[in-house]
Amino acid sequence: MDFELMLKVYPFFLEAAWTTILLSVLTAILGLTCGTLGAAARLSRFAALRFLGAAYVSLFRGTPALIQLFILYFGGPQIGIQLDAFEAGVIGLGINAGAYMTETIRGAIISIDKGQREAARTLGLSSWQATYQVILPQASRLMVRPLGVNLNMLIKATALVAAISVIELTYTAQRYIGSTYKPFEMFLLAGVLYMIIIYVVGRGVAWLDRKVQIN
Amino acid sequence: MTEQTDFVEIRHAQKSFGALEVLKDISLSVTRGQIVGIIGSSGSGKSTLLRAINDLDPLTGGEIWLDGVQVNKSLPHRQYEKHINEMRQQVGMVFQHFNLFPHMTARENVTMAPKMLKGLSQEAADKLAEEQLDKVGMLERIDYYPSQLSGGQKQRVAIARALAMKPKLMLFDEATSALDPELVEEVNLVMKRLAEEHMTMIIVTHEMDFAASVCDRVLFMDKGVVVEEGPPATMFKHPTKERTREFLRKHIEGAK
Ligand SMILES: Nc1ncnc2c1ncn2[C@@H]1O[C@H](COP(=O)(O)OP(=O)(O)O)[C@@H](O)[C@H]1O
Ligand SMILES: [Mg+2]
Repeated sequence: MDFELMLKVYPFFLEAAWTTILLSVLTAILGLTCGTLGAAARLSRFAALRFLGAAYVSLFRGTPALIQLFILYFGGPQIGIQLDAFEAGVIGLGINAGAYMTETIRGAIISIDKGQREAARTLGLSSWQATYQVILPQASRLMVRPLGVNLNMLIKATALVAAISVIELTYTAQRYIGSTYKPFEMFLLAGVLYMIIIYVVGRGVAWLDRKVQIN
Repeated sequence: MTEQTDFVEIRHAQKSFGALEVLKDISLSVTRGQIVGIIGSSGSGKSTLLRAINDLDPLTGGEIWLDGVQVNKSLPHRQYEKHINEMRQQVGMVFQHFNLFPHMTARENVTMAPKMLKGLSQEAADKLAEEQLDKVGMLERIDYYPSQLSGGQKQRVAIARALAMKPKLMLFDEATSALDPELVEEVNLVMKRLAEEHMTMIIVTHEMDFAASVCDRVLFMDKGVVVEEGPPATMFKHPTKERTREFLRKHIEGAK
């Protein structure tokens, strides 16, 4: 193994890791937004919204994320959507992650005993008041762990945007392979950096999960 | 329009869940301060009737009136929601499984709705919580979470939570059924105290002794109809219907 080479290129990988982190953060924010809206739609009292929510989930979970990215980035210009690679990456992955998060958020909400909503409603709270005073505070505690799993998947999925030439970790590794012919070292370096990012995020999620538990 | 003298009036209540008819033309009126017990075997529709009164299980036919106002009147969705929220503020409900809010302390369970719906200040809310929790003997546990309380204590907090809205009517759906036998009495005592204060109450129960001691009237329900009703002395000692006799035989002897 060529440690000298790894030490030499490692600063460039660090820089690429920042791009991966930025991409992950923006994707997570967009994903959570889409997930919240998706869950709200799926739980709506309007059938049309429920249908839209369900269609969103099955469409984006039912096709490869890579195809979704290709359609957005390569196919987009044909229908008037001009995005640079980074923007396409964030939007494509964010919408995709949102479909998974929709199910996570919805799952946490429907797992709250229905007696909770009933108790709130019998006191005279409106449906929305019951939701944000009683259901969401409990459901959000249950969501932390599974959303952490979504986040883990999402970070790993950012590697896909190498295919549309976003200069993040995976793309950087591929680029250096072209000039060094050392795939083992380059992918190993990228892998270690992914692992560090995911480890830190995992610890953060575990900390948050402990912190929000009742008592 | 008939004259509205009764406090709670149920007229020809009918309820189906799909093809299953659970309430079959039930009429019932309760005067102010009256305590009505409902007994009957499991699945006879007792909970459904109770839950229809505050529209948790909306009727599919008939009318519910409370203090001169129709609960289940037909209105456009938004207006209906506003109307029903106002009605529900006047009706307290106590559930078999307490349904306390686990993320809130006893104090917060009691004050959340009055603060939200009546705009109580923090001081006023604290005073209310102390008052209501004292009434059910739970003042010492005011800052405990439900998970730190026994079943009987939870149910007493749940009663305090309902009372904090100053309801005109209290509904109890097997409030002691989920409790260990040694915890039943503390909840019964709280209910008896409410009875002494002339709170109007409708109590679904499987405890015949309790029904006999606090209720002014007892209804026996079976398969979605009220089979027989009367004062407890008559109902428990001299029931006229065979179905009632059979039920009481099982329940009173079964308890011994
Ligand atoms: N939400 C519901 N959907 C369908 N059936 C229901 C529902 N709630 C109650 N039932 C049925 O209605 C009948 C009466 O139930 P319930 O009022 O709970 O009886 P009780 O309280 O006397 O035991 C039962 O057969 C029960 O299965
Ligand atoms: Mg019942």
